[in-house]
Amino acid sequence: MLRGFDRLFALLAASLTAHSTVAEEQAVERWGVNMPKGVTEVAQTTYELHMLIFWICVAIGVLVFGVMFYSMWRHRKSKGHQAAQFHESTAVELVWTIIPTVILILMAIPATKTLYDIYDTDKADLDIMITGYQWKWKYEYLGSDVSFFSNLSTPRAQINNQQPKGPNYLLEVDEPLVVPIKKKIRFLITANDVIHAWWVPDLAVKKDAIPGFINESWTRIEEPGIYRGQCAELCGKDHGFMPIVIKAVPEEEYTAWLGGRAESAAKIRKLTEKNFTFDELFAQGEKVYNRACAACHQANGKGVPGVFPAIAGSKIATGPLDTHLDIVIDGSQVNPAMQAFGEQLSEVDLAAVITYQRNAFGNEMGDTVQPIDILNFKNKQ
Amino acid sequence: MAHGPQAGLKRWLYTTNHKDIGTLYLWFSFAMFFLGGCMALVIRAELFEPGLQIVQPEFFNQMTTMHGLIMVFGAVMPAFVGLANWMIPMMIGAPDMALPRMNNWSFWILPFGFAMLASTLFMEGGAPNFGWTFYAPLSTEYAPPSVTFFIFSVHILGASSIMGAINIIATILNMRAPGMTLMKMPLFVWTWLITAYLLIAVMPVLAGVVTMMLMDIHFGTSFFSAAGGGDPVLFQHVFWFFGHPEVYIMILPAFGIISAIIPTFARKPLFGYSSMVYATAAIAFLSLIVWAHHMFTVGMPIAGELFFMYATMLISVPTGVKIFNWVSTMFRGSMTFETPMLFAIAFIILFAIGGFSGLMLAIAPADFQYHDTYFVVAHFHYVLVPGAIFSITAAVYYWLPKWTGNMYNETMGKVHFWLAFIGLNLTFFPMHFVGLAGMPRRIPDYALQFADFNQMASIGAFLFGAAQVVFLFNVVRTVMGGKKATEQVWDNPQGLEWTVPSPAPYHTFSTPPVVR
Amino acid sequence: MRISKNSKVTAKLLALAASMLVFAIFVMPPLYDAFCEITGLNGKTGGRYEAVPAAIDTSRSITVQFVASNNDNMPWKFSPSVMSIEVHPGEIMDTVFLAFNPTKVDMIGQAIPSLVPFKAAQYFHKTECFCFNQQKLKAGEKAELPLRFIVDPDIPKNVKTITLSYTLFDVTERISKNVDKNNTKSAREG
Repeated sequence: MLRGFDRLFALLAASLTAHSTVAEEQAVERWGVNMPKGVTEVAQTTYELHMLIFWICVAIGVLVFGVMFYSMWRHRKSKGHQAAQFHESTAVELVWTIIPTVILILMAIPATKTLYDIYDTDKADLDIMITGYQWKWKYEYLGSDVSFFSNLSTPRAQINNQQPKGPNYLLEVDEPLVVPIKKKIRFLITANDVIHAWWVPDLAVKKDAIPGFINESWTRIEEPGIYRGQCAELCGKDHGFMPIVIKAVPEEEYTAWLGGRAESAAKIRKLTEKNFTFDELFAQGEKVYNRACAACHQANGKGVPGVFPAIAGSKIATGPLDTHLDIVIDGSQVNPAMQAFGEQLSEVDLAAVITYQRNAFGNEMGDTVQPIDILNFKNKQ
Repeated sequence: MAHGPQAGLKRWLYTTNHKDIGTLYLWFSFAMFFLGGCMALVIRAELFEPGLQIVQPEFFNQMTTMHGLIMVFGAVMPAFVGLANWMIPMMIGAPDMALPRMNNWSFWILPFGFAMLASTLFMEGGAPNFGWTFYAPLSTEYAPPSVTFFIFSVHILGASSIMGAINIIATILNMRAPGMTLMKMPLFVWTWLITAYLLIAVMPVLAGVVTMMLMDIHFGTSFFSAAGGGDPVLFQHVFWFFGHPEVYIMILPAFGIISAIIPTFARKPLFGYSSMVYATAAIAFLSLIVWAHHMFTVGMPIAGELFFMYATMLISVPTGVKIFNWVSTMFRGSMTFETPMLFAIAFIILFAIGGFSGLMLAIAPADFQYHDTYFVVAHFHYVLVPGAIFSITAAVYYWLPKWTGNMYNETMGKVHFWLAFIGLNLTFFPMHFVGLAGMPRRIPDYALQFADFNQMASIGAFLFGAAQVVFLFNVVRTVMGGKKATEQVWDNPQGLEWTVPSPAPYHTFSTPPVVR
Repeated sequence: MRISKNSKVTAKLLALAASMLVFAIFVMPPLYDAFCEITGLNGKTGGRYEAVPAAIDTSRSITVQFVASNNDNMPWKFSPSVMSIEVHPGEIMDTVFLAFNPTKVDMIGQAIPSLVPFKAAQYFHKTECFCFNQQKLKAGEKAELPLRFIVDPDIPKNVKTITLSYTLFDVTERISKNVDKNNTKSAREG
């Protein structure tokens, strides 16, 4: 039913949007008009509930508007219709108070049942803690050492229309949340700064992330696949740029991945002891900068006057190294927008990005910072 | 000078005449409507295509915030107060409002409040950027410095609204002509009486919530900060305790307007007058106990979730009664379709659609999918644009001949209607689709699958904007001159306002009329 | 005559408006807090609990999971010493959280507890908790922060896991400003 409607609309509007803003158009499902059916039982029940209420509303609408259009057609002065003078009827008024009440009760029953399902977080196989940050998500697999940040990976150039947009424009991240299928996963949701909301439509999970408090929700994904969502609560400037990507895989694959994560954490630790060349650091630093810093300080390092300070020619980036390390690792004491990146980025990335900031945008300090310097700085504190 | 207005600017500055003050309110809200509308067009222009083209995210957030604040507090509310000032004394046979000097004050502090609010756009760090719902801690610890000016301007607007509401209640309770019993009052007066009580109940709560913000920001308290033992969720509860009745404040007077217009053009008395009054009271009461349906995803115990779901669903019963009553009024009438009637009919249809999506949103488990998406944006614009804006427009066309003594241009009125009707649906209907398909609200840029519907919405928005220019032109032309209106204007309309000459003299009902 | 009638209405309505303002600022917040404690809203747990010897229900055990996180810009290292413990309802349990101030300045932290599922909040009693007080750590200082709790034997049978989260806030500036004396005193002990 809706598919046909969908296609009709597509035809109608095709003339409206003759040109394309999309590079790989076929990959994107356009003209979606309805909620996804989802890949969990809860999502499917929610979808059915949504459709049930929708059709009830349509039926009532057809009835009421039908009467209205009928009288607009038949009972007009230009057709010589004489106005009747009735103006009340207790019986009729009673009927149209009682019938809607009955319909409401019929709606409330399945809604209540679904709500109880959604609230049943008991007996989870896996707990994942989700923390909202301005403007990224942190995932921690409780019971293991694995935890990481998940940032938007769409290049700034695509957002600024300097490059064609990819099929998953704004819905792609550097590190997706990997979860096993057919397992009950409990999410513990909180936030680091302001209120965010973690939402994946295919899972029908949306929960506010509130600083200082935790919320819980759960899911059991039936089919392997990649599911995308976004932050759903206004959380400041880059609210529109903190997507969620979930990769649901069979259990064996998940176990292997988790093992691999633990290993790569160890590898990064090893890298910390290595000495990098300036060029290596600078190149890596640019990547890290665009991911972690450019949102506020801008890709050109000029910042936003009055809001976000510039890196280009800044006192800190062209001043003593310790001050620079301090603000990046521990954040600003005065400006809450400048976060502590000490735990968010690896030592290698910290070294790289600080080297980059001290040598890009016309800052020609010429010094390099090695991962070991970061480690020493952290230990010295 | 008892018989006419003073000359020049002094007339407007010092006036205590309800008609002058009504006119001031209406023009002020019209100006705010255009200002807020321009902001909406900035938003729609940015959303025309994926990618950032016209504005940056910081400014985009300021636009969504200011658009919301200006439309709610600057356009819709003052317009209804303006209509109340003009019409209530004339409808109940009173010579003026009960408290004319306070009336002058409640208008004249408004421009200052809004000047302060608008000035934040030019401040360092920019205007408020935390949405019109200004959730803490985004609006406290993380707010731009201009938040303090925002707080003061909200105080001013609140004071203005409370004064206006007191005046309206005093007028209705004390100034009715002999024989005008409560159950003989036109529904516009009834709905305004109930609205005014709601205003007095909840505007102080808004003032309270911004005061708490002010203390958190500047005086070290922590009402809304977990660090000091407060709770950001408390903010949402207090805000929506104000916010939900607020949406009814913006719709109840509209019900009164529609209940005046439909019978006139159907040439048939309003069906179910007393049930209309009770339904309005029921809606007002229910509006005070459903606030947390805006917060279903915040994490509430299931009992709370169920209570707010059931209570919200219940609102559709009295609202349904109203719709059924209007349709029954039209049924077997003798209808003509002048501009006010067109807007009134569009009101019923589109408001009903907004009501349906409201019922869908009331269902808590489904709301987890709808919440904070464009589905919600579509819902409340369907309720507010055809609800508040269309009813105000209908009221202006309906009473403009009485106010000015001149008929407006009917053709231009119809052109305005059809442009606005098509523009509105083109703008807001596709928003249901992108919302269901997963587009969050308040984002300056979006994924590619939402591109086509957003483009449609942007085109619709500019069409709707153009329609309002036609409206402005038509109103100005009618004020300047045109075909003279008769005393009755329409075909046997009911109400005391139609017994005075057109244009309504500066002073009406200096001696109370006799009400049968 | 008319004027006095109008003044009366005005006075009444102004009083109503003023009382709504008082209600919003002085009644709603404590009311909300009380409501939270009763319903477990936001996972708020009660204040200090006076231990009453209760029978230990050895027939079942509950997993209590600990999570620690830092709020914005809080540079301390903060973590539970164990990820979770199994307890019998009625049993008194002790555990510690580890805190370390790696910075060069003395700082004050305040931990805010939150517990899920909400329905378990009123059955989780803390007889001793570092969250009852602010924690002062000198530059480079480490501390073990104690927590002693009892899970009420009346806890609903279907609760198998309780997750207790602490978020650590940096309140150094708040305290040094010394402006919110009253407020920190009335801060929910919990």
